[in-house]
Amino acid sequence: MLDVNRRILPGFGLSLGYTLLYMNLLVLIPITVLAVKASQLSWPEFSEAVFNERAIAAYQLTMGASFLAALVNLVIGLLIAWVLVRYRFPGKQIFDALVDLPFALPTAVAGLVYSSLYVKKGWLGQFLVPLGFQGSYSRTAVVLVLIFVSFPFVVRTVQPVIEDLDADVEEAAACLGANRLQTFTRVILPTILSALITGFALAFARAIGEYGSVVFVSGNMPYKTEIAPVLVVSNLEAFQYKQAAAVAVALLVLSFSALLAINVLERWSRRRYV
Amino acid sequence: MSDSTSGRRPLAPRGEAARSLTPPLADARPAAVRPESAADAAPLRVGAGTKSRRGAEDPAIVRWTLIALAFLAMTILVVIPLANVFYEAFAKGVGTYWDNLYNDPDTLSAIFMTLKVAPMAVALNVVFGFAAAWAIARFRFPGRALLTSLIDLPFAVSPVVAGLLFVLLFGLQGLFGQWLREVDVKIIFAWPGLVLATTFVTFPIVARELIPLMEATGSDEEVAAVSLGARWWQLLSRVTLPNVKWGILYGVILCNARAMGEFGAVAVVSGRITGQTDTMPLRVEKLFQEYNLPGAFAVASVLTLLALITLVIKVTLEWRTRRELEEASRLRTLRSEA
Repeated sequence: MLDVNRRILPGFGLSLGYTLLYMNLLVLIPITVLAVKASQLSWPEFSEAVFNERAIAAYQLTMGASFLAALVNLVIGLLIAWVLVRYRFPGKQIFDALVDLPFALPTAVAGLVYSSLYVKKGWLGQFLVPLGFQGSYSRTAVVLVLIFVSFPFVVRTVQPVIEDLDADVEEAAACLGANRLQTFTRVILPTILSALITGFALAFARAIGEYGSVVFVSGNMPYKTEIAPVLVVSNLEAFQYKQAAAVAVALLVLSFSALLAINVLERWSRRRYV
Repeated sequence: MSDSTSGRRPLAPRGEAARSLTPPLADARPAAVRPESAADAAPLRVGAGTKSRRGAEDPAIVRWTLIALAFLAMTILVVIPLANVFYEAFAKGVGTYWDNLYNDPDTLSAIFMTLKVAPMAVALNVVFGFAAAWAIARFRFPGRALLTSLIDLPFAVSPVVAGLLFVLLFGLQGLFGQWLREVDVKIIFAWPGLVLATTFVTFPIVARELIPLMEATGSDEEVAAVSLGARWWQLLSRVTLPNVKWGILYGVILCNARAMGEFGAVAVVSGRITGQTDTMPLRVEKLFQEYNLPGAFAVASVLTLLALITLVIKVTLEWRTRRELEEASRLRTLRSEA
């Protein structure tokens, strides 16, 4: 059928040509130029730009905070997805719609609000700061805001899989003498594992690249609360274009390999359980 | 079982999730993308039906604890921040709020800049998204799978890096910098750069909505139209566009929300010239840096309002497509019974 389409339907050459042209001009050529620019540095210069102490501290914070945020989201996301699919309660539709708010809300707004919530006089800070919880201008602040911006991913990947769970299997488990917890860990969890990993990966990847919200809450102190994308900007502001390009390449490699690794992991978990 | 989630997300996810590992708004696609979901998913659903299925039900205490925890998480993560935006914006009264928005020329120019840049980026990406969906969903050609996954590439690029790409191309020290100066065209530190950066970060959104939708609708109607003598513009305006119009609208809404809110990419290319190249999110940051919190929150409240409107339209569209699909599947059943 689809091979016939090319003879019947119009516009194959035009639409494919336009798609390729647009994608090359906007995406592929610019990324190539970035790589070329970074490769103009000699190896010592490149490693000085990418692996200096300040940069390594920034990568560590970016990776660590993103990982923690994704981990927290794994728990919260599973909880919310479960509650949304399995239970009835008043206000459910609004609840469900609000899950997408972090996608729709500009990150600058998220950063602004989170910077005011957790300071000493803020709505949440007034309770938390006396307890020693520094939710602003600290690494904790970075994690908190990353949780916010990446939190819908786990919910939205796990939710449809929970919807598809077959009730019969759970009943069978119950008939065979499993209690509810055993049913959950032995029957439900393995089924939704690959969706959980995907959600985790998406949240993690999003958090690695996040910039807008973090610059508001972190204070951007080198070695302490500076994240990797800020390095690109500060190189740029010093007119060190090649160095900026080098750090950008490092960031790209970082997020691509994170995605790749988790893709492999997800495939492995699916082959194992399905 | 007719609560909000039943028709929203379908049987597709396992394959779907596997296909792409790329982020934003990823699974927020319209119900139309996965046709049979509403009807087929219903019989399987547990816990909320009329009949109790005890083996698959949690004890009441577990149920209410989990619900309470979910509410707690949502309140802290989303609801309190949401309320806080409006509280802070109006903390000094409605008069000050209005002053901060309307009587600040720099804020006004930032609002106009956003209203100028976002629609251009959306328009560019709608044309691209439709062309890509037509090529990918209607024809087979070598490299098709590769092309489909390349479309997602910009989602994996940090916004700051996206901005840097265009600085390296069109900035003063960039590849075309010298030439641009000779012909006296400004791209970086001017609105064309803002459009480019915004288009880059929102690049996949419309295409990702349209490709699965057009694959789901199939080409039968179009082939029939052409064999009945329809010319290409008739095909487009009478068959294809009416079929995917809600999908396009859905893509436009999501793309627009992202375009208006983009910060990182735009911050790099704009040069942040107050009153000239600031967009609304950039203006929020500048006011924040100047310790003008009521002003920052006033602009933020407008952006938040836009986000809420986006959510409402999105939910309405999903509800609408779900109803149409239920209707379609009911007709299908009737027809097969007859």
